[in-house]
Amino acid sequence: MEQVVHVALLALLVATALLIVRMRSILAVVMLSGIYSFVMAIIFLVLDAVDVAFTEAAVGAGITTVLGLMALSLTEDREKIPVHRPILPLAVVSITGALLLYAVTDMPAIGDPDAPVHGHVAPRYIKETPHAIGIPNIVTSVLADYRGYDTLGEVGVIFTAGVGIMLLLGRRSRRREEEGDK
Amino acid sequence: MEIFSRYAYWVVVLVMMIGFYIVIDRGNLVKKLIGLNIFQTAVFLLYISAGKIFGGTAPIIDDDAELYSNPLPHVLILTAIVVGVATLALGLALVVRIKEAYGTVEEDEIQAIENREENSA
Amino acid sequence: MREHLILRVITKFLIPFILLFGLYVQFHGDYGPGGGFQAGVIIGAGCILYGLVFGLETLRRAIPPGIVQGLVAIGLTIYAGTGFITVLMGGHFLDYARLAHDTQHGHHYGILIVELGVGITVSAVMLTIFYGFAGRGEENAGG
Repeated sequence: MEQVVHVALLALLVATALLIVRMRSILAVVMLSGIYSFVMAIIFLVLDAVDVAFTEAAVGAGITTVLGLMALSLTEDREKIPVHRPILPLAVVSITGALLLYAVTDMPAIGDPDAPVHGHVAPRYIKETPHAIGIPNIVTSVLADYRGYDTLGEVGVIFTAGVGIMLLLGRRSRRREEEGDK
Repeated sequence: MEIFSRYAYWVVVLVMMIGFYIVIDRGNLVKKLIGLNIFQTAVFLLYISAGKIFGGTAPIIDDDAELYSNPLPHVLILTAIVVGVATLALGLALVVRIKEAYGTVEEDEIQAIENREENSA
Repeated sequence: MREHLILRVITKFLIPFILLFGLYVQFHGDYGPGGGFQAGVIIGAGCILYGLVFGLETLRRAIPPGIVQGLVAIGLTIYAGTGFITVLMGGHFLDYARLAHDTQHGHHYGILIVELGVGITVSAVMLTIFYGFAGRGEENAGG
């Protein structure tokens, strides 16, 4: 039963992605990308990734849609109809897709407990978290404790993005405020 | 059936290629960024699908569960999602500034304006 | 948005619950799904909702942009500061065991503090993004 739900959700994902290609109105594209992120969050939930589903739903279906709409209000709504025939892009995409599909046949089957990714470090995290750290959520313990450096660097990246937005979009407002006070 | 044990990976490759096609074929900058976002989330799906174990449960320690799905890909993708939205915001801020400087967000029109300025300079 | 009465009433009712849920997710990240990133995004989204329905100026009065800029830096400082404090206490960088009397409590405190830093930075950056785009739109519309 779970596999049927999984396959149906994946089909919905592909359909939404194909619609995003075809739509000319940027408003429709932004709304469809919100739906796409939400379906992705449900797929993550079916795959037992509860933390990731939480984040993807909040970020993808919430923040990205608002961001897209705000950018849309500052630019235009229609996409120009392309005049060239998409032969070269389709060829590039087909060749890359074929190569990737050939590479996928080498990967271990989904859900196999003996896959290499489940050896080495992961069983150690699962076994040691109740004793060494004492909190039930293994993902939080790995994120903030075992892999704390990575999270520090990542907060640094978010900080840099915030500073970049301030520099790109904040400047003129301050000068207009000063002119208004004079 | 052997052939169906990797169906999620095929869908990942398909959606990745759809996102890639949007980036290289369409000229509108906002749509390119959204295509890049689609590519990115397909890669997330690849990692999370690899971490799933049939018969396992979410990696939160519970007395009834005996097998947990692998928490390591979850951690990596959690980071990647928030970084992805931060970079999308930065990209869209750049597009807004481009619109103010050139008056358009279509790639070929911007290229034409640049060529005209180069030829007249 | 002055004409949309239903929207204003429902939003006024919902926003405290959204912010409260964000705080719950932040501090219960140890026991269930959640943590700093999710909480930051939820709190940021709640504040953005307030700004969308009641006007950018009202949001600016409630949460001044200067304070948001400060919060962006304070979150990162809390995280890196915890690392430096553990070095000052004699351990390695981000060695949480030094923060309390025994290892398990030390790790727990360390995780709580760094997740708080993460949550503060993420929510402040979401608000910064909103202020940036909405402020630009306000200018283009004539101030």
